[in-house]
Parts: sequence; C-alpha cells; structure tokens
Amino acid sequence: MSTSLLYALVGIGLFSLSLYGLIVHSHLLRKILALNIMGSGIFLVLVALAGRTGEAPPDAVPHAMVITGIVVAVSATALALTLMLKLAAETGRAELPDEGRE
Amino acid sequence: MDVVFTEFPWGVMLILLPLVGGMICLLWPRRGRTLGLVTVFAVALSVVGVAWQMLDTGIYRHAVGGWGAPLGIDLYADGLSLLMLAASALVGLGVSVYSAAYFGREDGTRFWPLWLFLLAALNALFLSGDIFNVYVTFELMGLAAVALVALAGGQNALGGAMRYLLAALLGSLAYLLGIALLYHGFGTVDIALLADRVDASPVAWAALGLMGAGLLLKTAVFPLHFWLPPAHASAPAPVSALLSALVVKASFYILLRLWLEVFEPLVGSDAVSTLLGLLGAMAVLWGSVQALRQSRLKLLIAYSTVAQIGYLFLAFPLAAAAGATAWYAALYLALSHALAKAAMFLAAGNLLHFGGHDRIAGLDRVVQRLPLTAAAFALAGVSIMGLPPSGGFIGKWLMLEAALGQERWDLVAVMIAGGLLAAAYIFKVLGYAFTQADVTHESRAVPVSMEWAALLLALGAVLLGFLAVPVLSLVGIGEPFGVSGVGP
Repeated sequence: MSTSLLYALVGIGLFSLSLYGLIVHSHLLRKILALNIMGSGIFLVLVALAGRTGEAPPDAVPHAMVITGIVVAVSATALALTLMLKLAAETGRAELPDEGRE
Repeated sequence: MDVVFTEFPWGVMLILLPLVGGMICLLWPRRGRTLGLVTVFAVALSVVGVAWQMLDTGIYRHAVGGWGAPLGIDLYADGLSLLMLAASALVGLGVSVYSAAYFGREDGTRFWPLWLFLLAALNALFLSGDIFNVYVTFELMGLAAVALVALAGGQNALGGAMRYLLAALLGSLAYLLGIALLYHGFGTVDIALLADRVDASPVAWAALGLMGAGLLLKTAVFPLHFWLPPAHASAPAPVSALLSALVVKASFYILLRLWLEVFEPLVGSDAVSTLLGLLGAMAVLWGSVQALRQSRLKLLIAYSTVAQIGYLFLAFPLAAAAGATAWYAALYLALSHALAKAAMFLAAGNLLHFGGHDRIAGLDRVVQRLPLTAAAFALAGVSIMGLPPSGGFIGKWLMLEAALGQERWDLVAVMIAGGLLAAAYIFKVLGYAFTQADVTHESRAVPVSMEWAALLLALGAVLLGFLAVPVLSLVGIGEPFGVSGVGP
C-alpha cells in the first residue's frame, strides 16, 4: 500500500467517524466539531490523491480546492458557533430544541 | 447600441450586481432598501439581457477574466439555467417589493445585504460550469440562507436555522467528497469535460452516491426533509418565500444537471431512478398528509413544499422512456411552484402581520378583511393543486401524460392522490378564512404593497398556464435534455 493511499483511507475513516459523531452527539459544539473533522477528512483525501503522480510534482488543483474548502469551513464554523451561542443564551442549553414544540 | 446590448456580458452582471450591491448595503445600511430594490431590478433586466443573447446565439458561455476552463472559471448557461435565473429574478422582484414594506429600519439593515448575497450565490450557481464552483456557491447560498432564517430571532427560528445549517453543511461535505473522487478518477471538474470522460466505474458510482445523497439532503427529499419545516416555518415571511421558492430548487437543479450530463452513463440502470421516484412518491404522500395535519399556516405551507418537491422526483423514473417530456414537466412544476409558493408564504406573512398569529383555526373572516391576500392564497392554491388554467396544471398534466404513456399506474395514483390532498389542505385554510373565529384578535393594517406583491406572484403562477409554448421553447435553448422539439 502506498503512502498516499493510506492517507486517503484515513481521510475516508475520519469522514465516516465524524458522520457517526454528528448523528449521535446532541451537544452542538460536538456536532460542529464533527463537521470540521469531516471537512479535514475530505481535505486529507484531496491532498493524498493529488500526490499520486509518481515522480512528477503533485497536482496543484486539489490543493487549491483544499484552500477554498478551508476558507469555507472557517466561515461556516464562525456562523455555527454564533448561532450556538445565541441558542444557548435563548434556551440555556447548547442543544437543538425538540421538534414540534411551539 | 445594438452591438453594445448583444455583446455586453450580462451573465457576469448577474453575479457582480448583487454581490457589489450587498456590500454597499453593508457599508451604507440606511440606504439598504433603495439599494436593494434597485439592484434586484437591475438583475432582472440582466436576465432579460442574457435571454436576448441566448435567443441569438444559443448556449451562453463566458470565460471569467479571459481564463478558460480547465484552469479558469467558465460561466455557462443553457435553457435550463435560463429558466432558473428567470424564476429567481421574478420571485426576487416580488419578494423585494414585499420586504421593502415588511422589514423595519432595524431588521432591514440586516435583511438587504444577506438577501443580495443570496441572490448572487443563486445566480452564480445557475451559471456554474464546473462542479467545484457549484460547491462554493452552495456554501455561499447556505450561509446567507441560514443567517436569513435566524433574522426572526427567538428559540424556534434559531433552532430551525441551526438544524438547517448542520444539514446544509453535511450535504455540502458529502458533495465535496464526491468531487474529490470524480477529480481523482477523471482529472477534471468541468461539467462538459466530465460528461465526455465519466464511465460506469466504481469511482463514478461512489461519487454518484455521495453527491446524490448530499443533494437529496439539501433538496429536502423525503426522508431527508426533517430540517425544512422548522427552518421554513420559523423564518420571516419573505425569507420563507425565498427559501421554499428558490433555495431548495437550486440543489434540485444541480442534481438534474449532474444526472443529465456527468452521470449519464450510469443512469441507464433503473435502480437509481426507481429509488428517486419512490422517494418522490413518498414525499408527495407524506408531505401532503403532514400539511393537512398542521394547525399553523406556515408549517402547513412548509410541508406542502416537501410534497411539491416530491413531484419533481417523479420525473426520474419516467424520463427513461418519456425523455424530455418528463423533464419539461418537472421544470414547469418547479417554476410554477416557485411563484405559487412564494405567493403563499407572502400571503401567510400578511395574515401573520394582520392577526398577530398564524393559527389556521384563528383566521377570522380574512376574506372580507384582506381580500387581496385571500385571493393571492387561493390563486396560488389553484396552481399548487394543479387545477387549470395554471402553471401547476401544465406541469402535472405533462407528468401525468408521461406516466400514462408508460402505464405507470402507481405514479398516476400518487399524482392524483397528491392533488386531492393538496386541495384538502388548501380548502381547509380557505374555509377558516371565510368564517368567524372563536377568539378574535386585535388586527393591524397590512401595507398595500405587501398585498399586491403576493397577489402578483400568484397571478404569475396562474398566467404560466397560458405561456407553456414560449416558456418551453426558451428551456429548449441548447437542448439540455438531448432531444429537441418534444413539448406539449
């Protein structure tokens, strides 16, 4: 097994693990962290697969995608954290309110 | 003059205008309302410009900054994109006129920049020629939309916004992993190039699974619709209208484009299209029944959106044999639903403003007291139910025709049942609107422009029933469905 394939598999593992985390944890901070780790898993896949060019220099396009993805992830996390704080201030708990409550 | 008009990069303006307009709104919040209205009007004019050019030259393609694909970003539009752009412009105009009266000074300073950013993201998404650009525009759209939902404040809106954000991010990340796989397998993210290169390999199947799941989550197809009703029902009325009319359609549009172009070699197998059709049928039935059970008007309308999205997915199993007719049907339904549902949410906003609540049983003789709003709701209802003469009727008729032609009685039954259930929940609302409520409330006057905005959008949905031929010939530009000349 080549190193980059190993990294790519680790990335897929992180993705699956954080999908599980996103679903089972109820605390919003854990959910937000899970989404961030999921993003990192994908970035790892992108970077690892970009390196599978043999002797040639690695492909730069996936690296550009990762940079864009990081920018997106930072903004999304900022918004999510703000919402979480507002929600906690409103309800006293950093969890999603039960559905169907009016 | 003519040369200036035909050579002008209208497509670029569609993205640039709302983006710059939104930033100026942030810097100059006191003029937000004027700036917002002017910008949305200019965007609508630019859509006309793009349509003009496309009637002349066919497919619109523009290499941003002179850098062509695969390195640069290509803007691309065919009839399918044009239809979505036009829907955004029309709904955007109506909602903007409404919002000018709906939001006070304080809320308006937050609404206008976010709405213009949302419009920029939507237009950029419909003009995207590569799948990575689509990912970026998804995120821009999602962040603006979530912030708009949270504008309403309070526990319900914040909870709805949070749920929506988590669902939208999960959907985008699944989509991004799909991009990683496609790029690894086929070495490009350009949709046109991918259409040539993708074959039925395991990489392509995995990418289809990931991107499909992400897009289904974003489009809120049953059973992945859990985030939609709380978000759409708790947002301010104009925001609900934008989300239900346009934002969920954006991910449907991408799914359709990937289906038609990128994953074309894979979709020959029936399994995937059967699954999508099944989810659509479940959505129609489940969403309609849930809508009927709601006691609050905005939740009823939100569940109706879940049901109406289901109809769009009935086209997938039908398209294999019916070809373009099924897609035309789905697009016509999407377009008329955009107008009708926006009108419905705006009408609900009027009722909420008027009575201070949106409990259906508490609607107190609104037909006499807010006749324009009641008319808007009823006309929008005509299109949602699919009664002639309305856009919804044309769409359902085409879809029904495709299903009857293939003797898919199960889908025919679902469509008819969905129509009857829609009639039941719309007449439930109208029934309460005619009668006196047990408990009466203090009422507040509704600004005239808010009533007319709802009514004009509803009239637009009905008017679509008379415009099938010109609209469908516009959609046919560039032959997005591979077959030309198949229409009503």
